[in-house]
Amino acid sequence: MSLLEVRDLSVSYRTRGRVVEAVREVSFTVEPGEVVAVVGESGSGKSTTAQAIIGLLPTNGSIDSGQILLGGTDIARWPDKRLRSIRGAQIGLIPQDPANSLNPVKTVGAQIGEVLRIHRRGDRRTVSRTVIELLTRVGISDPELRARQYPHELSGGMRQRVLIAAAIALRPRLIIADEPTSALDVTVQRRVLDLIDDLRTEFGTAVLLVTHDLGVAAQRADRLVVMRDGRVEEQGPTAAVLTGPTAEYTRLLVRDAPSLTPRGFRRPRSAADGAPAGDSPPAIVARDLVKEFRVGGRPFRAVDGVSFHVPRGTTHALVGESGSGKTTTARMVVRFTTPTSGSVTIGGVDVAPLRGEQLRQLRRRVQLVYQNPAGSLDPRQSVADIVAEPLRNFRLADRAGRARRVRELIDRVALPQTVLDRRPRELSGGQRQRVAIARALAVDPEVLVLDEAVSALDVTVQAQILDLLDGLQREFGLTYLFISHDLSVVRQISDTVSVMRKGRIVESGSTQQVFEAPRHEYTRELLAAVPSVPVELVA
Amino acid sequence: MTTRSAVGTVAPVRSSRVPAALRRPPVGLVLAWLVIAVVVVWAVAPGLFTEYDPVNGVPAQKLQAPGAQHLFGTDALGRDVFARVVHGSARSLSGAVVAVAVGLTVGTLLGLVAGSVGGVLDEVVMRVVDVLLAVPGLLLALTVIILLGPGTINVAIAVGVGSIAAFARLARSEVVRVRRADYVEAAFGSGGRFTTVLWRHVLPNSVGPVVALAAVQFGAAILAISTLSFLGYGAKPPEPEWGLLIAEGRNYLATSWWLTTLPGVVVMLVVLATSRISRSINREDR
Repeated sequence: MSLLEVRDLSVSYRTRGRVVEAVREVSFTVEPGEVVAVVGESGSGKSTTAQAIIGLLPTNGSIDSGQILLGGTDIARWPDKRLRSIRGAQIGLIPQDPANSLNPVKTVGAQIGEVLRIHRRGDRRTVSRTVIELLTRVGISDPELRARQYPHELSGGMRQRVLIAAAIALRPRLIIADEPTSALDVTVQRRVLDLIDDLRTEFGTAVLLVTHDLGVAAQRADRLVVMRDGRVEEQGPTAAVLTGPTAEYTRLLVRDAPSLTPRGFRRPRSAADGAPAGDSPPAIVARDLVKEFRVGGRPFRAVDGVSFHVPRGTTHALVGESGSGKTTTARMVVRFTTPTSGSVTIGGVDVAPLRGEQLRQLRRRVQLVYQNPAGSLDPRQSVADIVAEPLRNFRLADRAGRARRVRELIDRVALPQTVLDRRPRELSGGQRQRVAIARALAVDPEVLVLDEAVSALDVTVQAQILDLLDGLQREFGLTYLFISHDLSVVRQISDTVSVMRKGRIVESGSTQQVFEAPRHEYTRELLAAVPSVPVELVA
Repeated sequence: MTTRSAVGTVAPVRSSRVPAALRRPPVGLVLAWLVIAVVVVWAVAPGLFTEYDPVNGVPAQKLQAPGAQHLFGTDALGRDVFARVVHGSARSLSGAVVAVAVGLTVGTLLGLVAGSVGGVLDEVVMRVVDVLLAVPGLLLALTVIILLGPGTINVAIAVGVGSIAAFARLARSEVVRVRRADYVEAAFGSGGRFTTVLWRHVLPNSVGPVVALAAVQFGAAILAISTLSFLGYGAKPPEPEWGLLIAEGRNYLATSWWLTTLPGVVVMLVVLATSRISRSINREDR
C-alpha cells in the first residue's frame, strides 16, 4: 500500500462569484521513503495540491471531488479538527518563506516545542531537551543559545532549518516541502536540500517536494509529477521523464531550464559581429566604488572598492548572493544611489557628481529594469501611458508621434497591440516585464541595467525574455549590466562576469573562463551549488 | 455542494456555497446610497417633497403630533417640522461639503508635501498636526469661529479646519508608502520631474483611503455643524438648519418629543450612511 495516494483530486477557488478550477483530476502516489517532486510553473496548481493534502486550503478553496488516501484512509473530507491530529504527527509541512512562517514574538525553541506540546509529547523538561536535540540534528550550531533567540536574530538559512526541525519533530511519515528553498541563496539552498535528504535516509520519511525549479527536482527526486494548468502532464521516474519526456510541455520545460540544458557560452564579440571594435571607449567604467550606510550608528560598507568596465554592446553580469552589494552597485550606476566615493563613467561622462537637471538628462542614456514588474509599473496607468511616460517627460514627440512610438515599442518587445489599454494587473508576469523593458527602451538608452530582471519569472517565460534581450542587444548595440543570483542564467546571457561577495569583487573575467576555470574558492562553491544533473540524464 | 462530513462539523475550508453578498452589492450599501440620494434631492428641490412653508407657520396648528397631515408634526409656531428638515438639508449639506473640501484640500496638500519632501519640512508639518490633533475638535472649531465670527459658512470652515490634521496625517502615511514603491522610482528614472511624479503617480495612488476618510468626515461634519448650530454659532433662527431644529425642540422635549427626535433620526441616518459608504470605498481600494 502506498503511503499517500491522491486519486482524481479536483480543487477549485471561488473569487467574486466566479469559480476557478485550480486542480483537475490529479492522481499520483508517494511510496514510503521516496522523494516525489511536483514541478510546474506558477498557476499550475502544484501548491494547491500540496495544501489540499494537508487540509490547509485558503478559505475560498474547496475539494470538489477525489480522494486523498493516507495509509489507505481517505482524509479528503475530514473536518479540520480531525485533520489536526495528523498534521505534524503524520504529515509535516516545510513552508515556502522562512521569513514569514515563524512567529516574530516567540523564541525559536518555543515554536518547535509547540508542535510537541500540542500533540502532548512529554512534559516541559522533555520538550526542551527534544528541541535542543532537533536543533542539533538540523545542523544549527550552539543550539542552547539559538533556542532562546527570536526569528529575526537568525539568517534565512537558519530559519528554514528551524522550520525543518519543527516539521520533523514528531517523525512524520511524510513531509510536504512547498518550495522549501526558493527564498534562499544557492549555497544555502544546497545545504538545506542536503539536510532534507539526510533526514529522509535516516528516518525513512517520504518527501513530497513542490518546486518550480526543475533543476532541484531533477537532482533530488526519485519520481517527477509535471503539472500544468491544474492537470498532470506527465509523471514517472526522474530519469525517464527527463531523458524521454512524452509530453510536449515537459520537453519545453527541460529545454528552457537553464540548469538542465546549458546553452553554449556567448562568443566574444568582435568587429566582425557588427559590434564596435575594442578601441572605442567602454560603455560603463566603475572605479573604486564605495557605498557606506549607517547601521545602528556604525558605518557599514555595502560596496567596498568595486571596479569593472563593460565594453559597448556587451553584457556584464554581477553575480553574488543576497547582501553581496550587487544591487547597491547597480543603483550607483543608474545613480539612484550616490556613491560615497569612486566614480562611474558612462560613455565618457562621470555620473557620480551629477545633480538636478543633468541627472535627469542622464536617464535618457541609462535605464533600469526592476526585478518585480508588478511593483515597477503604476497599477493605475494603462500600458500605453506607462510606455509613453519617458517620451512625455523628455518631450520627445507630440501626441500622435508618441502613440506611434508606443505601438512600435510594444511590437519590438513582441506584445500584441491589444495590451495597450490594459492595466498591469491584467497582464501575466512575463508580459509585465516586457512592458517594463519597452518603457526602458523608449528613450533609446545606451545602457540597460537589469536588476534580477528575470528572477521572478517562470523558466519558459524567463527563456523568452532572455531571447528578447539578446535580440535587442544585437539589433541596437545595447550594453547590459545584468544583476543576478542565478548562475545558470548568467552563463547564457553574459559576455563577462564579476563575482561579488560582501561588497567586493572576488573574481572577474570572461564568462567561459569564470565558469570553467574558477580561480577563487567562493566562485567554486557557488558553481558547485547550482543544481545540476548528471550529463547522461539530459543528453 | 459536495458531501459534508456526517459529523456535521462545518469546516469553513470546505464550504462551497457562495455567499450572495459576493455577487450582489450589499443591501446596507444600497440603502446608504439611497439615504444620501434622498437627502441630496431634498436639498436641490425641496418643493417636490413638501408644500408647507418652512419659515412661516400656521399658529392654529401648533405642536401637533406626527400624523398624515404633518409627517414629523409641527412646532410651537405651527411650522411643519418635515418641511423644515427638507429645506434645512441644503444648508446642512452645503456646510458639510465646504467643511470636507477645506479639510480634504488643505490636509491632503500638507500630507503630500510633508510625505514626499521629507526632512525638516516633514518634521515641522507633522508636529503642528500633532498639536492640532491634541486639541479637541469642538474646541478648535469654536476657536476658529471666534476668529471668523459666527455664520453658516464660517461654521463650516471652522469644522473643516478641525479636520485638516486627520487628513494630513492619513495622506502623509499613504504618500510615504507609495513613495517607496518601485514604480515611483521608475518614474524618476524615466526622467520625471518631482512635481510631475507627485501629480501623476504618488497622488492618484494615495488618495483612496483619503477619499474614504472624506466620506466619514462628511457625516462627522454634518454632526459638528449641527452641534455648533445647536450652540448658537451657525444659522440664525428662523432659518431651518438641522442642528438648530434640534436645539429649538429642546424646550419641548417633555411634551413634544418629535421636535428633537425626528430631525435627530434624520441626522443619524445620514451620518450612518456616509460611514457605510466610506467603508465600501476603503475596501474597494485594497
